[in-house]
This record gives sequence, structure tokens and C-alpha cells, in this order.
Amino acid sequence: MDTILTINNLTKKFGYLTAVKDLSFTINKGNVYGILGPNGSGKSTTLGIVLNVVNKTSGDFSWFDGNTTTHDALKKVGAIIERPNFYPYMSAYQNLKLVCKIKGVDYSKIDEKLELVNLLDRKDSKFQTYSLGMKQRLAIASALLNDPEILILDEPTNGLDPQGIHQIRTLIKQIASNGTTILLASHLLDEVEKVCSHVVVLRKGEKLYSGRVDEMISSHGFFELKAEKQSELIQALEADANFGIVKTEGELITAFLNEPMDASAFNKLMFEKGITLSHLVKRKESLEEQFLKLTDNN
Amino acid sequence: MLRLINLELQKLLLSKVNKVLIFISFILPFTVLILSSIKINFFGFFTLELGELGIFNFPIIWHITTFFASYFKFFFAIVVVSMIGNEYSNKTIKQNLIDGLSKKEFILSKFYTIIFFSLVSTLLIGVASFLIGLYYSSYTEVSIIFREVEYLLAYFVKLVGFFSLCLFFAMLLKRSAFALAFLFILYIFEWLIFWGSYEAFGTADMAWKVKNFLPLESMYKLIDQPFQRIIITKYPDKMDLAYDYAVHWYEIAIVLGWTALFIFLSYRLLKNRDL
Repeated sequence: MDTILTINNLTKKFGYLTAVKDLSFTINKGNVYGILGPNGSGKSTTLGIVLNVVNKTSGDFSWFDGNTTTHDALKKVGAIIERPNFYPYMSAYQNLKLVCKIKGVDYSKIDEKLELVNLLDRKDSKFQTYSLGMKQRLAIASALLNDPEILILDEPTNGLDPQGIHQIRTLIKQIASNGTTILLASHLLDEVEKVCSHVVVLRKGEKLYSGRVDEMISSHGFFELKAEKQSELIQALEADANFGIVKTEGELITAFLNEPMDASAFNKLMFEKGITLSHLVKRKESLEEQFLKLTDNN
Repeated sequence: MLRLINLELQKLLLSKVNKVLIFISFILPFTVLILSSIKINFFGFFTLELGELGIFNFPIIWHITTFFASYFKFFFAIVVVSMIGNEYSNKTIKQNLIDGLSKKEFILSKFYTIIFFSLVSTLLIGVASFLIGLYYSSYTEVSIIFREVEYLLAYFVKLVGFFSLCLFFAMLLKRSAFALAFLFILYIFEWLIFWGSYEAFGTADMAWKVKNFLPLESMYKLIDQPFQRIIITKYPDKMDLAYDYAVHWYEIAIVLGWTALFIFLSYRLLKNRDL
């Protein structure tokens, strides 16, 4: 698999504060990565370092095969950090033209990308007249101008209204489906859960987890059950080695699995024992629960 | 290099404020020059014709036009300072770097633009002086016309040096207004050093020598004031007013030294700064 970004033992100190501590991970082509972490966990600092705007204290990082200078590599990268930053007195078209000049991209791309983010009819309006949602979409258009190998987004839905959030997410999914590698920093878990395949979890600048999203949710899930013969059901569950903790809340029984088992097999098993279930749902713990577990434990 | 100038020109020329300031700093001295060269009739009482004073004679015209035109550099200084200040306040400097401009290229694009505008200004003043001189001058031999053309070089170096200083202050302080205020503080500071060295060495002569090395004074000193010289040309017997008004190579070298230092320091500042 092609490597896009390698980070080795990266550390950044702001005076006494260590914003990023000995961080290492690798970004491979074709995946959608999420960097998760509470506010102030070093997400933006890490992105700032690899994007050449923040100086590292120690460690190193390399783009692509490691033979390109950072600013040349950035021409093959599309990135938006925090707020969309453009020249307020220029129109959308002129702003993108400037980016084309920096990246060495043909001007014909401008209309194509404005079309993609649905801003083509406003292309001659000045940037300062745009709403926040439009600004953010323009920023995405700008990041896509060079058809980047990787798109880096830092809190892309921050401060947007529900409609705006929905538009941006649809856009991200659309871009991901075209095979573009995406690195998305966010503290919004459902956002990461919905679009990312891999995740890096940070807390206070330290890496807590990195790997696939579905592996992070490592448990085998649990059953939510209801039955007429409740006490018999509980007995049967406690006797079965496949189940760990069994919790009862009113009529609802929650049984956590030790071994993988699908719902139909379980249903069959209970039926054979003469227990008929009136309610059976198999669920997995959400990323949110896993994330809170990870960030609280240490 | 053309790409970097092109980049910066787009940033500058699409903004109305900058366009007006650039227009003022280049066209105004030009206009003043032309106006002062025409004959003005004050309602039949008397006519004012500066050309009659002999100030448009070659070679003194080079000295006079460059001296007065250099005062208009303050308008472009505002442009230089705001082109950095705006990049910081709009955070576009961050976006430029993320988009793949290197920090070195960022500073160079500003510096090349400074050189570009200084060159344009020098050419405008040069052509205007040349034409007005041809019209008024009593001497039109080629050797006399081009005798003190080094004032144009001094003018160019002076502009580049001054704008580089503005660039450095703007990079240092990130705010346009602070940077302009700092220019004034530097002016006072240079007089303080003058006073300090007067106390230390005991003679004004030595104190001047020290001050001549400081940024603002060294730039001012490139083109000395021409008033005494006008008087001397008018009344050749007043030789006690004689002074050294020539452009010296070491004066140019000092200013070029400062320019290099300011650009280098601007780069170092940006390189070590977290944006």
C-alpha cells in the first residue's frame, strides 16, 4: 500500500505545555482517517506541523516517499485548517485563481470545483458577502483544486447549522467514494463514525489508539432481550459460558457476549430451551462509549 | 520570480485601498513635477516659473526631482505595511503556506514586489526628469545630461531600503498601525543615539558619523538636501555654504547592507514563528 504520510515520534512544546507528545502514525492511500480527541488534545497542532505552519520541537515526518520537500508535497495536498481563510475583498473566483497560481494548477479547474460545491452561481461575489457555510464549501473547493492525493480537514463542520453540516458531510462522503484519501480531525464522534474507516485517538497530545474503527469497537456486542419467562431466561444466560455480564433493568435484560454469536442462533437456542423471546436486538457499543472509555481510563 | 510577483500583484491590485495608495505614490510626484514645470500666471500680477530658477537644468534636476519625489514613498510604505498586516489579520499567510508556498517564497514575493514598484517609480521619475530637463535646461550636451544620473540609482536604493524596513517591522509586529508607529519610534531612537554619541565623543561631527550608519539616516543621507546647492548655483560667491552632496558608494553600501539584513531577519522571523 502506498504511504502518504509518516509521522515518527513527533513532539511539540509551547513553553511548558506539551501539545503533542511522541506521536507516531502512518497514513496510507485510499483510507478515510479520523483524528479524534477532545478540544486541546493536539489535533490541530499535529496537522499544523505536517502542513508547514507550526515548527516541530523534535521527531520527524515525511510526505509520500520522503524525497519531496514539504512545500512541494503540499502542492499535492488539499487542506483546510479551522476557519476558511481567504482574501475578503476578492471574489470566490479570484481567490481560487490565487490558489491555482500557488499550486501551479490550470484555471479551468476553478469552475469545475465551484460546481462540485454548488457555488458556481455566486463565483463573482466577494468572499466577505458569503455565509459561513458557503465559506466552508469554498474552502473545500479550494482544497480540491489540485485533485489532491489527500484531503485534510480540521473540524470542517464547526460552527455550521444543521443544513450546512449535512451538506459538508455529504460532500466528504462523495469525495471519499471517489477514492481520495481523507484525514479528518474532529471531536464529533458520530461524524468520524459515519465517514471514517480508520481512527487515531489523541488525548493531551498522546496517542491512545490507532487502527480501524471497527477494531476499536472490539467487543462482540450485546443482546437486549425481553421474555415472558424472565427468571428462566436469566438463569439460562448465566449458565451459558458465551455470556459475561447480565444486567436487568425492569423488563429489559442486557447480556454482553464473550464469544461471537448471531441473533438467529441465539433465538434458536432459547426456543429449544422453551423460552420464547418477545424482544431481541443485537447491538454493538458505539464509538462514543469506546472513546469515553479510552479517554477516561488513563 | 515572475510567478511570485504575479501572485503579489493580484493580492495588491484587486484591493481598492491599495490601488488608490499605489496610484498616489506613483502618479502624484509625477503630477507635481509636471505642474511645477509649467508657467503659472497669477492673474496677471506676476508669473511663477520655477524653470527660470535654473532648478530644471541638467545635471541638478536629477538631484532635485529625486529628493522631492522620495517624500511620496510614505504612501507606498503604507501599502507595504498593510500587505503584511492583512495577511496576518485575514490569516491568509497560513493558508498560503498550507497551499504550498514556502516561507522563503512568501518573503521573496513581497521583496520582489518592493523591487518591482521601486523600479517603476525610478523609471517614471527618470523619464519625467529627462523630458522636463530637455525642455528647460540651458545645457543639453549628452555628457552634462547624464552627469549625475547616479541620483536615480540612489533613489532606487533608498526606496528598496525603506520598504524593506517597513516589511521587517510589519513582519515583526503583524499589525499595520504598530509598524508605522515603530517607524516614528525608530526616528526618535536614532536621534537618541545621536545625542548619546555626542555625549560620548564630544563633537557633533563624530555624532553625525555614527548616525549616518543608522537605517533611517543612512537612507536619508543617500540624497542630500538640494537647497544649499540651489543657492550656490544662483550665487557662486557664497562658497561658505559648500557641502558634500554627492552620492557616495559607501552610502549605497550601508543602505544595501540594511536591506539585506531586514529581508533576512523577516525570513528568520517567519521561519521560527508558529502561525
